[in-house]
Amino acid sequence: MAKHVVLVEDETNIAEAIRFLLGRDGWRVETLANGGNAAEVIRAARPDLVMLDVMLPGKTGFEILAELRGDATLADLPILMLTARGQSRDREMAERAGVSRFMTKPFSNEEMLSAVRELTEGRVI
Amino acid sequence: MVSLNQLIAVCLIYVAGLFLVAFLAERAALRGRGGWLLRSPLVYTLSLSIYCTAWTFYGAVGYAARSGLEYVTIYLGPSLVMIGWWWVLRRLVRIGRAQRVTSVADLISARFGKSNLLAVMITIMAVVGVTPYIALQLQSVTLSVSIFATPETGSGTAPQISDNAAFWVAAGLAVFTVLFGTRNLNANERHHGIVIAVAVEAVVKLLALMAVGAFVVWGISGGVSETVARIDASPIGTWQTSASRWTALIVVSAAAFVCLPRMFQVMVVENDDERHLQIASWAFPLYLLAISLFVVPIAVVGLELMPAGANPDLFVLTVPLSQGQSGLAMLAFLGGFSSATSMVIVATLALSTMMSNHIVMPLWLKLNPPAAQQSGDVRDVVIRARRLSILLIITLGYFYYRASGGSGALAAIGLISFGGVAQFLPALLGGIFWRGATRMGAVAGLSVGFVIWMYTMLLPSFGPGAALSAAVFEEGLFGWGMLRPQALFGITGLDPTVHAIWWSLSINAILFFVVSIFSFPTPLERLQGAQFVNVFDHSSGPARGWIASEGGAEDLMIMSQRILGAEEAQAFFNAQAAQQGRRNAPPVPTPEFVQALERELAASVGAATANAMIGQIIGGQAISVEDLMAVADESAQILEYSSRLEAKSRELTETAQELGFANEKLMQLSFQKDDFLSQISHELRTPMTSIRSFSEILRDIDVLSTAEKTRYATIIHSETIRLTRLLDDLLDLSVLENGQVSLNARQVQLHDVIERAVTTAQASSAHVLDIRRDLRTEDVMLITDADRLAQVFINLVTNAIKYCDADTPRLDIAVRREDSEVIIAFTDNGSGIPAEAQNLVFEKFARLNAAQGSGAGLGLAICREIVARLGGDIRYLSEGRGGRFEVRLSFTSSREENQRLLPV
Repeated sequence: MAKHVVLVEDETNIAEAIRFLLGRDGWRVETLANGGNAAEVIRAARPDLVMLDVMLPGKTGFEILAELRGDATLADLPILMLTARGQSRDREMAERAGVSRFMTKPFSNEEMLSAVRELTEGRVI
Repeated sequence: MVSLNQLIAVCLIYVAGLFLVAFLAERAALRGRGGWLLRSPLVYTLSLSIYCTAWTFYGAVGYAARSGLEYVTIYLGPSLVMIGWWWVLRRLVRIGRAQRVTSVADLISARFGKSNLLAVMITIMAVVGVTPYIALQLQSVTLSVSIFATPETGSGTAPQISDNAAFWVAAGLAVFTVLFGTRNLNANERHHGIVIAVAVEAVVKLLALMAVGAFVVWGISGGVSETVARIDASPIGTWQTSASRWTALIVVSAAAFVCLPRMFQVMVVENDDERHLQIASWAFPLYLLAISLFVVPIAVVGLELMPAGANPDLFVLTVPLSQGQSGLAMLAFLGGFSSATSMVIVATLALSTMMSNHIVMPLWLKLNPPAAQQSGDVRDVVIRARRLSILLIITLGYFYYRASGGSGALAAIGLISFGGVAQFLPALLGGIFWRGATRMGAVAGLSVGFVIWMYTMLLPSFGPGAALSAAVFEEGLFGWGMLRPQALFGITGLDPTVHAIWWSLSINAILFFVVSIFSFPTPLERLQGAQFVNVFDHSSGPARGWIASEGGAEDLMIMSQRILGAEEAQAFFNAQAAQQGRRNAPPVPTPEFVQALERELAASVGAATANAMIGQIIGGQAISVEDLMAVADESAQILEYSSRLEAKSRELTETAQELGFANEKLMQLSFQKDDFLSQISHELRTPMTSIRSFSEILRDIDVLSTAEKTRYATIIHSETIRLTRLLDDLLDLSVLENGQVSLNARQVQLHDVIERAVTTAQASSAHVLDIRRDLRTEDVMLITDADRLAQVFINLVTNAIKYCDADTPRLDIAVRREDSEVIIAFTDNGSGIPAEAQNLVFEKFARLNAAQGSGAGLGLAICREIVARLGGDIRYLSEGRGGRFEVRLSFTSSREENQRLLPV
């Protein structure tokens, strides 16, 4: 069974690049361009990984993160946050909210991919 | 033998002579002649001999006969003061002249804030204190007259004659004093005539005593060495001297010398020149030496020659008489008479001045409204008050003489007086040397000291059972042993005189000091204190003045005439007017003038009264700017320090406030900057993420198809264009915001601009937008920058293309005119902008719906800046469904506007 990742990203070009890269690694990538219903979709889909942008229409990445971490059944879900806002206080805020990994855009493909591998190693058969 | 009639005749001739001298001196002074004599230090020194009264003349010999050398203390006190303390006297004289002081009561009251209470207290105390002294003069004159009336007995005890004689002597002295002291209607403080008369009397009494002394030494004893031998053989040589009595007597006589009203009168009030004091400081002790030189020989010879029981107080008379020297006895009588009259005249004058100035005048002022003071003759009131006072004082003396039985030794009576007036000393010295002295302290010390003096010295002098019952003497007041008048606080064994002086003066001084320390002076007290203590610092005196000067010169003139007399007041006003440079006009009541007038009046009626009188006319409080300055001066450091502190604290508060504002502003700016940088960072990082990612894919992955390669390269390309546009927008906005933009205004057709914008916008977008226009309304000529206006329109059309969320997006572009404006409205059929975001729409990075756009959110901010530069405005209007932007431009055909916009 292919690994399943939900990518919440409103920048279509970035989403395409990630989709291409993870697809080559055997991931099934489900992309959401709006934050509004992201949490429900994720709760329903029970993916192996969630990748979150911060500046999103509908809801911000932080709001989605809080919702996901508020759900005890998703306690083990790895969440990788990607943001173009380069401030350290965003990282601190995300870490307090229980993010698994926080990455600043732009990232190198290799960096992003190894983060994904680290977060899902051993968890996915 | 001299008969009583002869005696009276001689006395009358003598008095007439004195009158003549006084009259001539007064006239000479008035005409400004005889200055050399009137202002001679010799006259001043001789006038000080007022200290030597009948007590000295008769009593010293009696004192020596009774108590040996102790009489010397009465001379030692003043001599020590003159020699050792002449600088104290100099200060007194300087203050007296600077403040135009009229009496010791005036001085002390002036020092303690021109306190009338103190003046009244001191006046009453002085009257009470001096009354025994006047009685003493009556007694000595009466005794001396009785000697001549009954020469056979030589004992001087002829009650029926002496009673009558005492009355007539008192009456005579009263008339004499009234005539002498208040003959001149000018109630001024200086009495040149009296001073000269006193000086003459000083010579008479000295000559008389020395003549008797010479007769005793050379006529009876047969030479100096024989006299000395007699003294050695006499009991006088064996008298024990008591250190405590000597100390007490020297202290009390020194104190009395300074405080006695009559001494103050001649020493301070009548002083013409401070330098006279310097000469008097050695000349007066010499005089005292001369007058005391023959006291012991006369006493010794008198004790030898006269029968036992003869009154030693009369040896000066009885010794020559017993030797048949009636001429010499007559001279001696005249000497004694001189001593008594000069003392009574000056003492009653000084006291009457105090009474009229401090008791009668204030009462009269209180009882009469200010109007009466100007219509009534104040001068008459003053003179009458003085005459009545003189009569009252001499009457009091007479009654004391009668009450004390006329039997006490002269010296003992004199000491009682000394003890009374010595009570002024602490307040007087404290007042002129210690700025901390307060009125409360002076009142406390004076009143308690005086009460103790009355209780331990004055009242017991009437004898047990007279003023104080025998029981009080034995068991104390209210049967309380602690309060026995001659053994206060249970301390017995002291000589009554030492006891009284010790307790009254020490408790007086201690109370004065302690109460002064624990009470606060009034401002006026502080000022006066400063002026008295620092009299040598500013004796030339910066003008003290009155604050309010509402009183007209006329009112002041009328009042001054009443007090000074018409001529003198006129002269004073003229002089002041001349000083102010005004001719034939009254002087302007400047503070300096009023101050000078106050001093002039103070010389006649005393400081407190003058102050009150002027106060009633001027209507202000007599605290001048200079006074206030002096107060400020005293606490200058504190004031300055506190004002510096205040200024500092004010400065600090202001600075803190400014810093607070600046900080707030900086914080805001900082937040805005952080926010802005954060936004920019986000807007830059987003396209860069795609660029980096796809360029890495192109670099690292070899298996890409050609289609993939092309697609990814295209993405990179478009993202770089996006980056470029973002940078362009940023720069554009920065330039617009800084106002550095240069407009290229020219005449343009609105239709052309809209056409260009719509074409451009649609060309760069894949989406379809139905744009509706009414071309007829677009036919408007504008003077504006066509490129900039097109930029605004492109932005609005592009926004509609990007964000209109209707199924079939449509945009209406409508142009209408309103007055001098042309309004271009862009209305779409989308859902519009949420109400809460409408006021943010023109802010930088206010991207509301990022989902559909790739703009950085700078577009509308740029539009707002551009329209503002073009002299119009842009706003978002919400009309139910749909978003609506309106651009308003000033459409004016007026020349000026054209001129403004068109390049020359």
